[in-house]
Amino acid sequence: MDYLFTEEQKMIKDLARKISEEKVKPVRAELDETGTFPWELMKEFGKADLCGLYIPEKFGGFGGGCLEFCLATEEVSRICGGVGVTFAASALGAFPILMFGTEEQKMKYLPDIASGKKLAAFGLTEANAGSDAGGIQTTAKKDGDYFILNGTKQWITNGGEAETYTVIAMTDKSKGTRGATAFILEKGMKGFDFGKKENKMGIRCSATRELVFQDCKVHKSQILGKEGMGFIVAMKTLDRTRPGIGAQAVGIAQGALDEALAYSKTRIQFGKPISSFQGVQHMFADMATQVEAARALVYATARTVDTGTADISRDSAMCKLFASDVAMKVTTDAVQILAGYGYMKEYPVEKMMRDAKITQIYEGTNQIQRNVIALGLIKELAAKK
Amino acid sequence: MNIIVCIKQVPDTTNVKIDPKTNTLIREGVKSIVNPFDENAIEEAIRLKEAHGGKVTVITMGPAQATEALKSAIAMGADEGILISDRAFAGADTWATSYTLSQAIKKIGTFDLVLFGKQAIDGDTAQVGPGVAEFLDIPQVTFAIKIDIDGNKIKVKRQLEESAEIVETTLPAAVTVIKQINEPRLPSLKGQMRAKKAEIQMWTAEAILADAENIGLKGSPTQVVRIFTPPPRGNSEMLEGDIDEISVKLFNKLKEQKII
Repeated sequence: MDYLFTEEQKMIKDLARKISEEKVKPVRAELDETGTFPWELMKEFGKADLCGLYIPEKFGGFGGGCLEFCLATEEVSRICGGVGVTFAASALGAFPILMFGTEEQKMKYLPDIASGKKLAAFGLTEANAGSDAGGIQTTAKKDGDYFILNGTKQWITNGGEAETYTVIAMTDKSKGTRGATAFILEKGMKGFDFGKKENKMGIRCSATRELVFQDCKVHKSQILGKEGMGFIVAMKTLDRTRPGIGAQAVGIAQGALDEALAYSKTRIQFGKPISSFQGVQHMFADMATQVEAARALVYATARTVDTGTADISRDSAMCKLFASDVAMKVTTDAVQILAGYGYMKEYPVEKMMRDAKITQIYEGTNQIQRNVIALGLIKELAAKK
Repeated sequence: MNIIVCIKQVPDTTNVKIDPKTNTLIREGVKSIVNPFDENAIEEAIRLKEAHGGKVTVITMGPAQATEALKSAIAMGADEGILISDRAFAGADTWATSYTLSQAIKKIGTFDLVLFGKQAIDGDTAQVGPGVAEFLDIPQVTFAIKIDIDGNKIKVKRQLEESAEIVETTLPAAVTVIKQINEPRLPSLKGQMRAKKAEIQMWTAEAILADAENIGLKGSPTQVVRIFTPPPRGNSEMLEGDIDEISVKLFNKLKEQKII
């Protein structure tokens, strides 16, 4: 299908594919098995100028937008969902700075993220604040020109490996979600430590850790946006990065489809390759149609984000919801097509199926995405009256 | 430090097919790539430039489509590409190619180092690097695995079959490199954008003041009689031990077979 890409966008897609095929593919099984963080690969993406696709040129980036970022994320995830999310999560940490940071904050943090020298991360989720992000318990108590942070963030992607963290903490609990504030924190600050590395079902090479704050003193100049705007920072960020998860899901699904197709040509049963059987062919037809529909929705959403429109919640929720459900379905079918072999670790599709599952869960579960979409519909209807 | 890298565009296969009638390579339908050893030469040139400053110019002799090879070198980080192209160059053997490249290098003028891959994966002769050095009358060091530059001196570690030797000479010099010298970088996005916009100069036979008698088929003393894959060597036996032991073993073997 022709998505009318520019020359630059085609170049980004080709380059991300080349690096993924040449550098990621040979190590993905080992990274998955050992749960090793892919630092070497992140450096490769940095050298190739892929880490700052969505960052303006004046901050050392490529000057593209959400679509460019999605194209690269999809290609990396086609080979490995774990490396894909590591690549994408840095954007999740950088986006709030890009959207709400002052010129000084952008100048200080974005160039190193764009060059791939440093990774970023985003800290919102807590043990008792998942889908209900309003339940944040981490506090930031004002003390002169400083804030004192206390609390623990949970399941933070790139935790411990990233240098730059955007963290949401309560500065005034009595105000509820309007009492939350976003801070930029740096690894190595006194009172900022990391909890254990989680042992996960999929995306195993990505780092998932707790951020632990014990009387961590942060200067007020590290506030992103204004005091009390933390919840808006978080929601606006997630609205614009969800297409990235959609792209990751499309990539994982495409990777599984590619593997299953190639296998079906070589697997001989009843004297014929299994690709000649109509039962298998119909599975492929459905898988390919679903992947293409998800891809079209992700690209359309990314392009909408890039128009700078204010309200993108409903659209970005739709693309993340649909693409991640497709990823789960298509990877499950790919395992089915490879059957006994697909269930074995010698073949990559079982890993793809494990990697796909998280896309239905993180950056808002698909149940929450449905809430967002429905709320958007009801709001639209109300606005018409 | 001005470095010139001579590269060649080759078919993307190690299984090149030969036309049995003309004894030349069949190029139709085969994707073209930069000769892999030349990528090592480009990488080394860029690394030397990063360490010592200067400029990397990449040149190739070939048809218009060889521009792509020059552009991929620019995408990696080379500064400039020059295509040496003329119908009169067609059919050149290694001698005529060496002459042509050396004429182009003379036109560029000032340079400190000329780098080559050790050989091209299609012809596999390894003659053009040394040939160019002879035409330019500069020192040459082949099969480099490490290059160190200090002022106008160059120290090169040469990898031989069983050992290595370190050769020091003065600049300007010509060096051919082997695969193990480095790992060529992938092109960056910004590099590719630069390559896309880069203007590749094209130099004809006239532009490089080439003598018509020395270029193309006419200037090529080589006559290809037949190209074939040589049969594998017969069984060999490796003798082990220190020199004295091996000498005795060898003597006994030769005696056994009534050779001595």
